[in-house]
This record gives sequence, C-alpha cells and structure tokens, in this order.
Amino acid sequence: MTTPTKLKPVDAVVIGSGVVGSIISMELANAGVNVLCLERGRSAEQQKDFVMPYVQDELKFDRHSDIFQNLSRETITFRNNMTETALPMRELGSFKPGEIVGGTALHWGCNARRQLPYDFDIRSRLEARFGKKYFPEDCTSQDWGVTYEDVEPYYDQFEHIYGVGGTAGNLNGEIRAGGNPHEGERSREYPNPPTKRTPQGELFAKACQELGYHPFQGPAAAMTRDYMNLYKNFLGECARGGFCSSHACSQGAKANPLTAVMPTLLKQPTFELRPLSNVIKILTDSTGKKATGVIYVDARGRHFEQPAEMVILATYCFNNTRLLLLSGIGKPYDPISQTGVVGRNYSYQTGGRVEVFFEDREFNPFIGGGMVNTSVDDLNGDVLHSQPRDFVGSAYIAVSTAGATPIKSKPVPHGTPRWGAGWKKAVAHNYRRAFSLGIHGSCMSYRGHYLDLDPTYRDSNGLPLLRMTFDWHQNEQKMLHYMNEKVSEIAKAMKPSSYHARAPYTKYSIVPYQSTHNMGGAAMGADPKTSVVNKYMQSWDVPNVFVVGGSAFPQNGAQGPTETIGMLACWAADGIKEVYLKKPGQLMV
Amino acid sequence: MAESSDKHAYGYLTHAEVRFLEAACERLIPTDDLGPGAKAAGVTVYIDLHLQSEWGTHGRNYRSGPWLDGTPQQGYQSRLTPQEMYRAAIRETDLHCTAQYGKNFDALSGEQQDEVLLAMEHNKLDLPSVSSRVFFDMLWRNTEEGFFADPIYGGNQGNVGWKLLGFPGVSSTIYRELLSSKEVYRAEPVSILDIKSGKASVDGQGFPKHIPIKPV
Repeated sequence: MTTPTKLKPVDAVVIGSGVVGSIISMELANAGVNVLCLERGRSAEQQKDFVMPYVQDELKFDRHSDIFQNLSRETITFRNNMTETALPMRELGSFKPGEIVGGTALHWGCNARRQLPYDFDIRSRLEARFGKKYFPEDCTSQDWGVTYEDVEPYYDQFEHIYGVGGTAGNLNGEIRAGGNPHEGERSREYPNPPTKRTPQGELFAKACQELGYHPFQGPAAAMTRDYMNLYKNFLGECARGGFCSSHACSQGAKANPLTAVMPTLLKQPTFELRPLSNVIKILTDSTGKKATGVIYVDARGRHFEQPAEMVILATYCFNNTRLLLLSGIGKPYDPISQTGVVGRNYSYQTGGRVEVFFEDREFNPFIGGGMVNTSVDDLNGDVLHSQPRDFVGSAYIAVSTAGATPIKSKPVPHGTPRWGAGWKKAVAHNYRRAFSLGIHGSCMSYRGHYLDLDPTYRDSNGLPLLRMTFDWHQNEQKMLHYMNEKVSEIAKAMKPSSYHARAPYTKYSIVPYQSTHNMGGAAMGADPKTSVVNKYMQSWDVPNVFVVGGSAFPQNGAQGPTETIGMLACWAADGIKEVYLKKPGQLMV
Repeated sequence: MAESSDKHAYGYLTHAEVRFLEAACERLIPTDDLGPGAKAAGVTVYIDLHLQSEWGTHGRNYRSGPWLDGTPQQGYQSRLTPQEMYRAAIRETDLHCTAQYGKNFDALSGEQQDEVLLAMEHNKLDLPSVSSRVFFDMLWRNTEEGFFADPIYGGNQGNVGWKLLGFPGVSSTIYRELLSSKEVYRAEPVSILDIKSGKASVDGQGFPKHIPIKPV
C-alpha cells in the first residue's frame, strides 16, 4: 500500500451517504459538527440523472444499472453451510445493494412500515408467554436493547423526513378506522394521506373483511401529495407510472437521500460530501479503544488518511460488518466456540405469494408503483402468537400494485410450459387478469448463519471479501407453509377462477432476485457478549465509533427494514447530539 | 439469404450464429395467431447488441479465480463471459446436431429443434465446454429480454411484445387518476425509442400522450 496522504482533521467522518449516512450527516451538521461524508459510489443529481422517459427502462434498472454495486471491484462470497467452500457472487441476483450517492435507498420500493412493539423484544416476550423452548435450539434471535416506546418519536421524525403516507390505526391508544389496529401506538398522524385503493386491493380487502381480518392501506414513502418535508426539501406527488422498486424516480416522488435530504444538506457549510471515496479501514490508536480516523482510496487509487474525532459507519449491512472485521474492531464471531460478535446474527427476509387469476376480469396492472398496497397484519406479531405455533416469526400479507413491467411480471397458471407457443398464449392471456397476494415474512437468526472474512477471495484493493454462510431454516419454511394455507383462504374468498400458492424455497440460492433486505452482522443489544453496539449504536469496544444501519438488526421482522433503519439513524443522531457530544469518548449508558 | 434481419450489421455474432439464434429464439417465442415471434421482433439483433454491451463481457461481474463449479445455489461460476459462452455453446450444439441429425440446428424441423432445446434445458445435452443448462438459461433470459425490453435495445420491434400483453409502455399522467378505477385502460404502446425518434409526443414533464385503443 502507498503511504496515505494525511488530511486536515474533521469532527466526524460518516461512511456512506445512504438512508443512514445522509440523515446522521444532516443532524450533526445542523448541530454545528463538521461532518465529512465519504461515499464509495459516484455522485448523482436527481434532476439531471433520472429523467423521463429514460428511467422507465426495465432492462437497465432491473438488471444492469450502475446505481447498483459494481461486483468487478467488490462482492461477497456465499455458501449454504460451513461444510461447503464459499464461492464469489459473480453477478447480482438475490439482492441489489447500491453504489452511488444515496445508496441502496435510491432504488428502494418505498415500503415504510414501522416494526411492531413485539419485534423489539420478541425473545423475552415469547419466552415469557410460551417458555424457553419456543425458539429453535440454534436460534440466536434476541431483544434489541430498545423498546418500541423508546424509539417511537424517532419513527415519527423519520416519517416527517420521508413524507410517509398512511392512516394511523392506533393514535395515542385510540384505535381508528382505516388504519392498522395491530400497530404500535403512534404519537402523531402520518404526515401524508394514505394511498388510494386499487381494484385489486379492493377485492383483497373485501375477502379479508369476510374472514374477520382488518385491511388497511400500507404506509408508503412515495408522496401521496406534494410535500415539503422536515428538512425543507420539496417532494412531488407520485405519478403511479410503475418502474419504481429497483429504479430511480424521475418525479422526485420517491423519498430517498437524493430527494429528501441532500438538496438542503449540500448547502450546509458544516457538511462536505466526497464521492468515489472508498473507506478501507477505520484507524485506532495504540490502545485499540479509540478511533483516530479512516483510510480511504479515491478514484485515482490514491490513499488518504482522514483524521476524525468520531467515525460513523453508515453503510449497507455487508460493509458495516466487513469494515469492522478489516479494522479489528470488536471480536469476530466464531460459530463453533459460540464466542465473538462481529458477523453474528445475519438474517434475511422470507417471501412468498399466492397468485390469483380471473377469467372474467381485466385489471390495469401497469398502473401503480410507490408502494400502493392493501395489507393485513392479522397474521403478524402478537396476533399470530397469542396462541402457540410450531414456528417463531410471522408475516404481513399485502396486495401491492407495483406496476407490472413486461420482462419480469408475467404471472401464468401453475403447469404452464416455460417457453414456446403454450407459454406465449398463457402470458398474453393472463398479464391483465392476474395478480399476487404477497407474503412478507420475518427471518430469525441462527448460530450457523453468519458473516466473516473469506480465506481465499479478495477485492480489487487486495482485501478479503466478506463471506456469507446462510440457508433457509426449517422454522422459516414451517412459517411459510402456514402462511400459504392462510393466504390461500383469502385468495379463495376473492372468488378467482384459479389460484396457486408458490411452494417455499427449500435451499437458499443467490441466483433469483428475492429481497434487498440483508440484515445483521453488527447487532445492537444490551449485552456486549451478544451484540456489537449498545442501544445507542455505539461500539462496545471503541466508543467513538457508531455503527448504524441494517447491520444492527439482531433478526429481521416481517415489516421490511428501511423505515426502521431510518428511525435508527434519527435515534443514533439524537443520542450523539444530546448525550455523547457532552462527554465525547465515553460509553453511553 | 433474403431475411429481413440481413440488413442489420452484426457486431459480434457470426452469420452461422445468427442463423442458429433466429431459429432457436423463434422456437422459444414462436410466431402464431397472437402475433409475431422472436425473429420478427428482432431478438437476435438484441442479443448481438447486448453481447457487445458491458454485460457481454461481464464487465460488472467479479472475475477473479479460483474458478470452481460450486452448487447451483452459488450461481454463475463459469469462467466464460456471455460472448464466449454463446460462441462455444452454439458451435458445440451445431456439432451435436450434425452428428445426431446430419444437419445444423437451423436446418432441423421444428420438432427436432424443440427436442434439442429441451435436452439443453434439462442438462441432458453434454457439451464439451459449457453446461447446456447454463447456456439455455442465458439464452432464454436474453430471448425474453429481447422480446419485452424497450425497442431501443434492438428487440421488441414495433412494440410487439408489449402489444401481446397489453402493456402501454412509457406511462401516461392519466394513471394517477385511474389508480382506483375499474375501467380497463388500453392504449397503443409508447416506447423510449418512439419518443426519441419523434413518433410519440410528450408533455412538459416528459410523459407521452397515449392514444387509446377502442374496445372491439
């Protein structure tokens, strides 16, 4: 390695400019902290780079766009279990991390659900109810170290940054019509109205009501009206033109770092954004207990040392974990001896669907996007686990109208040939006559599912790649089989011509797209033996390092992580401003 | 040969490969009473252009060794780029067809072509350099892309893939009002290519004006 050029110190280095990095930068810069944000990806401007009609290009954005991670420089390796040799993920498939200013949130699908109170203390709550054996023996799922009540104000704050639209179902304890009656108590109504209900959503809602469920319009962070947010950025109303998830938005209607934070953040004199700056190490002093700054590589390959009083690691789940491992911060997790924490508690997201076909009806499946959805939470959290089940975990069920794009969204009845004349006839007939009831399920964490450094494969800087060891556990498969049964009942009540539940995957594969909800590796918690950061997202080992993001999830709930990741950014920023900065370098209690 | 696609200059594919792909893709998405198939849609043109893109050389893929076969769950592990995969697989499939049927793939009957394609799909065709299933999956993925992607990429000519589905292409501003409507919305598809070439006009925000299709 060339000797790094040492730069002028700053108060705080924020690594990553995605949903977390942008909000923490804004909060700290507003408080007078000099913030330097280092982003490995290129810079982007909403109004220059993402314009009509070019954003409505399924081939580019679903498969090849440069807003996703360039694997030629860095990827992960993967294996299903410890007996296999991990091999590099050579092309994108199962998930799509971002590599651009704005990060993965640039192309998120706008699903903005809070976790349930149940999710934050799932382990103690269910063990108190059903005993210690309720969890599988190898399950490492644990409480978060914070309760829903602790973080509620920060959910509210994030919703007013990302302009979330919905109807409060539980406003200060009062259950309200049209909202989700099973949600945690809210202190305030959503900043924007809910999405309108589609005809598909209406069919689903009617069937759910017949079965005694409580349908509601699921919260969405694509604007349901023109909106000026908490940071004084303007977001326009969503045009419902589809091409949403995995695409950038030409309307600036999708709340993301580029639309909701960057315009006013970039005007802050206390803030600097440095794109194409890839941090490869967090530096610590001789005690190993204090970070002194970071090393990063710029686009020309030059190495720089950036001294800082504090370092905030705000990247995707994988890189938060990998940078800790490459920097020797925190003890790496060893699944054999059950010691160490960094890389422990990796989890993902389960999914399924029941497809419904109507011979006598046609829909407009291409109209939608911006997370227009009708949902039920009656098979989720405490509602489901009010009585014992033979699995842990749960799901929300939704009819989402994302805008059916022609390469990937062509539902056909079970048994249709994969190609040829029979296939052609089936896609033509069913494109406008079918849709899905989606199952969005939780994923527990387990002893044998973890992240560590690969012994063989390296990135373009010569550093070890992160290795993922993961498979679907029997517990998640049982949960999905149960959901298939229950959701098939809803499908049947919709009186379609036919319906079909997709069988759950048995082995996890890195190939088909499933979900960009990779979680854990640097779990938060109350016990340093089982967590990397404390409840303020502060490293137990190096107190001037904060690790914030999806990496902090001890396991993944059903709700989709982005809203909670955004909330954690607001929560961590508040702790830093109100407590940490008064006694810098101290472990917060 | 007097095929319409002959007017296209192929940047990567050889003449023999074009003939193979036109025949194979047309079996995958055939011309029938519903409309044109892959050949008329220009899927081979799409594949040729796509092979010349960054994807064709796996420019954004991780390409360091060691190269091991791995499990199906570990995904693509061949050291061949898509360019190299097409070149090797087409040549070796044609050699198989010559040995088996005495003719190249493109000269076989439709039933024989389906027989070969099915064998590849189920990995029952042993090719020396590549897994026939891996090649089939790539070919089918690219055929579907070529038939349904925006015509700006060379396939889906005349928006035939979108007409087949009833997909109107680039969205209209009217969608917002139609979100809750039970009225079936039909419009002539508009592509990025139509807008770029001036065939479709757009409003101040860049949304095209759709021409509704009257129900029959």
